[in-house]
Amino acid sequence: MTSITDSRGQGLDRLESGERRAPRRRPRRRVGDALLHSYTWLVIVWLSLPVLVMIVFSFNNPHGRYNTTWVGFTTKYWSSKLFAFEDLTQALITSLVIAILSTLITTILGTMIGIALGKYRFRGQGSFNLLLFAVISAPEIVLGASLLSLFTTFNTGLGYVTILIAHVMFSLSFVAIVVRARVLTLDPSIEDAARDLGADSWTTFWRVTFPMIVPGILSGALLAFVLSIDDYVVTSFTSGNVTTFPLWIYGVSKLGLPPQADVMGTMIFVAGLLIAGTNAIVSTRRAAR
Amino acid sequence: MTSGRLRARLIPYLTILPGGLWLVVFFVVPMVFMVSLSLQQGDIVHGFQQTWHWQTYTTSISAYKDQLLRSFKYGLISTLLQIVIAYPIAYWIAFRAGARKSFYLFLLLVPFFVSFVLRTISWNFILADNGIVLGTLKDWHLLPQSFHILATGTAVVGGLTYNYLPFMILPIYVALERVDPRLIEAAYDLYATKVRAFRKVILPLSIPGIFAGVVITFVPVSSDYVNAHILGGPTSTMIGNVIQNSYLGTQDYPTASALSFVLMAILLIGIFAYARALGTEEALEVAAR
Repeated sequence: MTSITDSRGQGLDRLESGERRAPRRRPRRRVGDALLHSYTWLVIVWLSLPVLVMIVFSFNNPHGRYNTTWVGFTTKYWSSKLFAFEDLTQALITSLVIAILSTLITTILGTMIGIALGKYRFRGQGSFNLLLFAVISAPEIVLGASLLSLFTTFNTGLGYVTILIAHVMFSLSFVAIVVRARVLTLDPSIEDAARDLGADSWTTFWRVTFPMIVPGILSGALLAFVLSIDDYVVTSFTSGNVTTFPLWIYGVSKLGLPPQADVMGTMIFVAGLLIAGTNAIVSTRRAAR
Repeated sequence: MTSGRLRARLIPYLTILPGGLWLVVFFVVPMVFMVSLSLQQGDIVHGFQQTWHWQTYTTSISAYKDQLLRSFKYGLISTLLQIVIAYPIAYWIAFRAGARKSFYLFLLLVPFFVSFVLRTISWNFILADNGIVLGTLKDWHLLPQSFHILATGTAVVGGLTYNYLPFMILPIYVALERVDPRLIEAAYDLYATKVRAFRKVILPLSIPGIFAGVVITFVPVSSDYVNAHILGGPTSTMIGNVIQNSYLGTQDYPTASALSFVLMAILLIGIFAYARALGTEEALEVAAR
C-alpha cells in the first residue's frame, strides 16, 4: 500500500519523458495502448464481478432461505430481516470484537518492533528480520496446524482467546514492516535538531518522531483489522466451538448464501473502503504539507 | 555513564521483546510441537505417545502423493497464469496511466476489501451448474445440459488465479515503476525497435518484480484449500484439504502434522532459496507491499 503514494511523485516526470518520445511512432503505439487500456478494464471488471454479484443479491428476495436465482428486488434484508439468523449475527459480532482487540494488541506490539528495526542497528537484527519474513511466508494452514498442535498438547481448550492469539501472531509482522518502512523514510536530522534545542530523548520521541510515523501506524492498524476480520484458515484451526463470520459463511458455502450474509459482506466492504480512503486522503494531505 | 550507555544499547531489545516473545511462543514453539506430534502414535480417545515413528512420514506421503503433486501442479499453473495476466496490466499502469496510476491500482485492489471466502462463494454462485451464467446459456441451448465448470480442476485453478492476482500485479508494477525512463530512451536513441527495447531493457529490469510476485503467491496458492473446497470436487482436492480434514475431521493428528511439515518444508526451502538470490531485506520489502 505504501508504494502507491510513494510512487506518485515520479509519475509526472515519466509522463513528460514519454511525451517527448511520442512523435516517433504514434499510430502503432496508440493502437497498442488502447488495447492494453481496454485489457486493464476487462481485468478490473473480472476482479469486481463477484463483488457486484454479492451487492446485487443482497437486494434479492429469494423463495427459500438461500440465494439461488434472482427473484425480485427488496430492501428487507437490509432492515427488518437483517438479524433474522441469530447465529450469523452472533458470528459477525464475534468477528468484530476479535478484530478490534487483535488490531489494538497488534498495532501496539507491531509499532514497537517497527520502530526498533527502523531506528536502531543491533546484533540479531538480521535473524529477527528473518523471523518476520518466515511468519509472512509460512503457509497459513501450517500456522493454524502448528498452533492447534500446541493447544492440543497442553489441552488448553479452544475459543476466543486462542483465536485472538492466532490473529495477533499472523498480523504482527505486517504491521511491523509497514511501520518500519515509515520510520526508514524519516530524516534523522529532524531528531538531531530537537535534541539540539534541548529536548531529551523521551520528549523527542513523543513530540517529534511519533507524530511523523502515525500514518504508518494507521495503515498498519487497518491492515491488521482487515487480516483479522477476513481470516478463515487459521481461525478454523483455533476456534473450537466459536464461529466467526468467515467460518459461518464457509459452513453454508455449498448451499448458497442467505441475503443477510451478502448484506453483512457489503457492509464490511464499504466500511473497509471508507477507512482506507480516509487514511489515504489524510496521509496525502500530510505529505503535501 | 556506563549504565546509561548499557541502557541505550538495551532499548531496541526491550522494544521488540513483547512482540518478539509473542512470535516465538506462538510461531516458533508451535512448529516444534507440530513436528513432535508427527512422531507420535495413538488416537484421540487413548491419547498420543511420543514413539519417534518416522514411518508416518513415508506412509502419509505415499497415501496422499496425488494431492501433494496436484497442489504443486495447481500452484505452478496458477502462478504462471497470474504472471501472464498481470504483466500487461502492470506495464500499462506503470508506463501509460500517467497521473491516474493510483486510481487504477486502487480499482484493482477494491474487490479485495471483500472477505476472501465471500468472494470465492460468489464465484461458486456465478458458475453454478444451473446458475445465473450456465443456467441461462443452457436455457438458450448454447450449452449441453451436462456441462459444468464447478467441481473441476479448472474451477479451482481459476479461483486460485483470481484470488491471488493482485499480489502478482503489485510487485511487477513496483519493479516497472522503478525502471529509469532514461534507459529506455537510450535504447531508442541506439535505434532499438520497440520489441527489442522491451526485451533487452524493460523485461530484464522487471524480473525482480516477477520473482517477488512468485515468492508472495506460490506458497499461499499451493497450500490453499478454500478454493478446492468451494469450487472443486473429489478429483481436485489439494493437500490442504487433506491436512484440514485430518486435523479437524478424522483427528489423525500424526498424519496431519507430518503432511503440514512436509508441505512447509518443501515450500520454505524453495522460497528461502529464492529470497537468498534476491537478498532477504529486499524480499521483505517487497512482501510488505
